[in-house]
This record gives sequence, C-alpha cells and structure tokens, in this order.
Amino acid sequence: MNDLNKIISKSILTSDTVSFNIYSPDIAAKAKPGQFVVVIANKEGERIPLTIADSDPEKGILNLTILKRGTTTRLLSEFKVGDIISDVAGPLGKSSEIEDFGTVAIIGGGVGIAPTLPIIKAMKNIGNHVISILGARTRDGLIFEDEIKKYSSEFYVCTDDGSKGYKGFVSDFLTDYIKEKQNKNIDRVVAIGPVLMMKAICDVTKSFNIKTIVSLNPIMVDGTGMCGSCRVEVGGKTMFGCVDGPEFDGHLVDFNLLNARLNIYCAEEKESLTNYMEAHECKMNR
Amino acid sequence: MQNEQIKPKKEKIPRTKISQQNPQERVKNFSEVELGYNEEEAVRESTRCLQCKKPKCVQGCPVEIDIKSFISYINEKQFEKALEKIREKNSMPGICGRVCPQEDQCEKECIVGIKSEPVAIGKLERFAADYIINNPKITPTDKSSNISDEHYSSTIQNSLSQKSSSISKNSKIKAAVIGAGPAGLTCSGELAKLGYNVTLFEALHSAGGVLVYGIPEFRLPKSIVRGEVNYVESLGVDIKLNAIIGKMHTIDELIENGYKSIFISTGAGLPYFLNIPGENLNGVYSANEYLTRVNLMKAYLFPKWDTPIKKADIVSVVGGGNVALDSARTAKRLGAKKVYIIYRRSEVEMPGRIEEIHHAIEEGIEMKFLTNPVGIKGCDGWVNKISCIKMELGEPDDSGRRRPIAIPDSEYDIDTDVVVIAIGQGPNPVLTQTSPDIALNKRGNIVADTVGKTNKKGVFAGGDIVTGAATVILAMGAGKVAAKAMDEYIKTGVW
Repeated sequence: MNDLNKIISKSILTSDTVSFNIYSPDIAAKAKPGQFVVVIANKEGERIPLTIADSDPEKGILNLTILKRGTTTRLLSEFKVGDIISDVAGPLGKSSEIEDFGTVAIIGGGVGIAPTLPIIKAMKNIGNHVISILGARTRDGLIFEDEIKKYSSEFYVCTDDGSKGYKGFVSDFLTDYIKEKQNKNIDRVVAIGPVLMMKAICDVTKSFNIKTIVSLNPIMVDGTGMCGSCRVEVGGKTMFGCVDGPEFDGHLVDFNLLNARLNIYCAEEKESLTNYMEAHECKMNR
Repeated sequence: MQNEQIKPKKEKIPRTKISQQNPQERVKNFSEVELGYNEEEAVRESTRCLQCKKPKCVQGCPVEIDIKSFISYINEKQFEKALEKIREKNSMPGICGRVCPQEDQCEKECIVGIKSEPVAIGKLERFAADYIINNPKITPTDKSSNISDEHYSSTIQNSLSQKSSSISKNSKIKAAVIGAGPAGLTCSGELAKLGYNVTLFEALHSAGGVLVYGIPEFRLPKSIVRGEVNYVESLGVDIKLNAIIGKMHTIDELIENGYKSIFISTGAGLPYFLNIPGENLNGVYSANEYLTRVNLMKAYLFPKWDTPIKKADIVSVVGGGNVALDSARTAKRLGAKKVYIIYRRSEVEMPGRIEEIHHAIEEGIEMKFLTNPVGIKGCDGWVNKISCIKMELGEPDDSGRRRPIAIPDSEYDIDTDVVVIAIGQGPNPVLTQTSPDIALNKRGNIVADTVGKTNKKGVFAGGDIVTGAATVILAMGAGKVAAKAMDEYIKTGVW
C-alpha cells in the first residue's frame, strides 16, 4: 500500500502541460469517463479538482494531465517518477452520459483535450460516429493526438495561428463543418476546454439546435458537495459543480457567472505564485 | 431549621472563573480562547460539588458520565482516575469538555445551580483530559505500551484488558464505519475494544469530521482532536482517508468484501443557502466553505499554506447558531474591522451556546437581531450590500420559539464585503444516492431506530446523518449505542 498515489510515469506533453500515470487502484477500478479526482500535492497544499484523463483498472493506474498555471499545478509539474502525491480522492462527480446517439462531435481545447480521451473511447465503443476536434493556440499545444485519432471516425485539429490543421477557433471550425455537411446531422456535441471556448461552441450549437454537453471546472474545496464553493447556475437554478456535474447542458449554463467565480482568488493566486516562484528560484540558484 | 442542622454547612464558594485570553488580544490569533483550569482551580471548583446521593447531573448527560465520581477524584487530586472514570462512558473528554452545551445538559440539572451558579462540570472534564496531556510523565498503569505521544491511550487500561480477552473471539470479524466524525470515531473505538477488526473510512484527508473542518482552532485545538484520533487508532482501528464511500466503494461492495456490519455516520455536510437573489456573487460563502477553508485547509496561514480565503473589512454572517458564531469570530481573526451576525429572531432564541455568544460579543461582533436578509447586491460580480428586512416576533412555532414575522416596508441595506450563510446543514447525499435501498426520511436523513438499525440488514447509522445537525455528544452517544447493537447482531445474526 506504500505505493498508493505514487507516480509511475511522467511525460512532458508541451511546454506547460505534463501528464502523470499514478498508482491509485481503488479509484482506477471505479473511474468512468467525465469524472474527476481531488488532489492535494503536499501537506500545506490546497485541494484542487483534476479531471481523470484516462484510467487502467487492471494496472490500477490513473492518468492526470495538468496545465501549469497556479502554485499547485506548477508544484505538481515538478513531481518526479517515484514521488507520491499526498492525497488523491475520487472518483468524483457524475460520469458522462455514454449512449449511441448516432453522430457525436467531441471537442477538446488546450488541456481540456485530455479528459475527452475516455469519452471519445466510450462513445466510439458504444457505436457512435465520433468526430473529434482538437484545438490549441499553436501546434505545440496539441496533446493526445495519436490516441484520440485511433478512436475517432473523423479527426480534425485547429490552431489559432494555423501552425497545424484549421486556422482559427474550434467554434469557427464547427460552424464551417456544420454548414458544409448539411446532409449529415450531428446529434450531440461534447465540449471541454476554456470557459470562453465552451461558451463559443454553445453559441454555435444553439443556433443549429444541437444538444451540447460541457464539463465545468469551478473552484472546489472538498469536491463532495460539502462546501458549495463550486456553485454554478444552470437553467436559472443553482447547482454544485462537484456533485450535480461536472457535465451540464451547455445551452443552460451561465458562463459569465462561471467566469466571474473562477476569478474570486485572482489576487491571492498571484501572491501565492509570486511566493512560490521566489522560493523556487532561490532553490534553483543554490 | 431541621434541614440546616442535618446538612453540614458548606462554605459558599463562587464558581471558579476560567482564565482566558483577553478579547483584544485573542482576536489577533487563532489560539484557544479559554486557557483551562490549573490544578488548584480545578480542585477548588470540585469542592463546590455536593456529591448528591441521586445526582441529577448524570441524567442531564447524554452518555451518563459518572460526574459525581470523577469530580470526587479531582477533589482527591487523583486526576488520572478522574479521567478513567469519564472514559468509562465518554471516549473524548478533551473534546466534550470544550464543545458540549453543558448549560443545557449536566449543568442545567446541577442542584448547586438552583441558588448559585452550577458546578463547572464541563471545565472540570476538560481539566481531567488536559491534565494527562500536560503531564506526560505520569506513569500509565501499563508501562509496556509504546504510546509516548498518545497520552490519552495511557488511561484506557481497563478497556485494553477487555480487548485482549475478546480479541481471540472477534479479531477476524470485519466491521466498517463510514465517516470519522464524533459518531464514527466513537463507534469504531467501541467496536475495536470489543475485538473487531475495524476499518474507518473518511472522505476527507484528515480524520475528525466537523471537529476538524467545522469547529475553529480557537475553540477546539486540532491537536486535541489529533489526540483523540490517535487514541482510536491505538485501539487498532484502521483509518482509511480519502475514501469516499458511495464513489470508491458502495455499501453493498463493503458487505461483499466481508464487512459483517456497517455503521454510517456521514454527518450533516450539505450546506443550506437562503435562495435569495445575489447568493452566487463573489464573496458569498456557505459557512461550511468558510470554516473548511480556514480550519481544515488552514487558510489563516495563507500564503504559507496554499488555500486562500477572502479577507474583508466588513463581514456579515447570517444565522444564530454555533456555526454562525464560529464564522463571525473567524472573520474577526482574519482581520475584519466590522463583523455582523444577522439573525431573524432575538437573542433569547439564538441556538448558539450562551458562552460563545458572550465570547462573540466580547470580541466586538455586532448582533443584528430581528433582521432577515432578502437579497444580496453586488458590483462587478462582487457582493457589496446585503438587503434585510426587520422582523418582529409572533406566536410560538413548531420549535416552541416565537415565529419571526417580517415588518412591511422595513427593508434596508447593510454595506458588506463578504457574506457567510450559516443557516444550517442537511445530510450529504453522496452515499445514500448509491444505496437507494436504505430508507430516508423526507429531509434525506437515514431512518434508524434507537440503537441505529436501518431497514437494511447489517447496516446501522447514527449521528447527524440520522438526527440532522445536532451536538457532538449526541453523535458520540449514537456511535456507542450502535457499536453495542452491532456486536449483538454479529453474534446472533438476529436483525
């Protein structure tokens, strides 16, 4: 049991994204697409939610893919193979609705590409025609391309700067795609990525009346419905992202509120990160 | 006349005051407010006890501690024996001495209290518990135990000997307890004493439940909780942290995995909101979130610890219970210049402990009684005002308290930077959702009989998940009663 939460392998996917396989057999045995874990890096660490990017119940392994942004994600990105993550709890949240809908477009943006992988796999395995659309700022930001391609019926990438695939946002691509292939209906869209991306996708799909599921990433503490930090409004009703979600009907989500609430601790995050970077630089210089 | 002749005339000693940090100082730190009796004070207070033949205080105690005897031991300066006596009925005296509402329980019944102030039973209980921590050199009855940093454990020898006698019978029998709060810790401790192989599953990364996430350091130091958790572990209980039953395992899987009986004590962990406009603005917290960030996650030590909390000049706390008082006093310690408690009834109806209300007022918390929030206003996504309406008291309602009624056209705004909603907690559904065969009442609480039996064979429940949010001691009592019933069930198989 000493190996619990041990990092089995680590890969650096982009300049700011790392991917860990960690040993967590109880969670791996239960994890379903769309679910997340709450992670504490070390004793003084905060609790942060991370969507499960993949899981292998046989080997007891969870894949967590992390974008370096704040203190905790930066700290985690420094973890090496053999290190142990202090605490991992889950699997949390409701799992994705996996059914044979017909044709499903699954859209991942940035680090949000990672959690689309298990959904794409499951959607494909159950019989859907899966259109995978990955987006990033530049080609260097694209992750899991090969794995996702393997499970996709159609596969597209978009980059803001055009360094690979379609030049522009995934929402623009989706608009073009739907217009071009009018004879071919998309029955459902799943979008995971930055708030602005998910909102833009929802604006597109609303006009074409395609049901769209988004995975929300509000600030959480416990992740089990105990604190209400992750309050989101869906269809005018207050919901808890951790237990009622993280996936919701994107056409009903109040994205402005989500965005505002994501910025609650902007000043504190900056302070914490400055401290971390200073301490870190000291260490590097030593 | 006759009475006076029979009774030896007792010198009237006033209730011994407890020393505490002065309010101006203590609002700048998170250290404990009350410093506890020293030896001399405890002995003096113990002399106030009349040693009644039929002590009424015991009837007032939910776990029937032999109060008279433990106070008598304190009087004889046999402090370890006093603690042993308490531990016969209550495995967490350090906690109960601090957070029990004694004024509504044992001390309410105390005969001394009729003409004077009652004996400070709670403070004496706390003294007995702390004495062992503060005097670690005291030789435990059993010297062989290597529990140097677990001073509590030294006082449980009678239970340990019980354990060794029953170990052979039960040690291979597995029992599970879900939720490491007061009920769960007590139940697992009792089951371990009966020799069972107990696994205690806790969803958070630290055991203690509300004792670690809810009650602040200044009222209940976490080292005290840690001591009680260590004690339970020293009895052989295997505590599994980060184990969310309902997600990682279901109840049925635990049964399949050989747990012969299961006790559910998942508490009241679902925060209620007011459902008024503006409640999702930035700066509006549930008390659960506010306190969890500060207590469990140590946000008061930010940025040394990573979890942040909004520090604000004006904080408004809605509610009148202990959770509201804890939130308000926490806000003050985080540096707020003004802290309001907004409560729709009057001071008399406040469910919070009198002692804590008193402490809060000393610390400069402003009470806004007969005031009810109707909306929260904001600017750029952040709260800046709480709109309230004035209330008056009408006829008594179901709770026996006078019902608050809104006074028409009395709305007004209070400037505020942070709002904390502390109007109560319900049962968290994460576990019960995945065990739909366990019967719930309409509020979502598990239905259990007096010994904790649910409608599902082998499954017991107790504490706040059954009663709704109540006290630590009641939860502990439920855990204890259930452990006995679980033992009975495992032995007989009779449901």
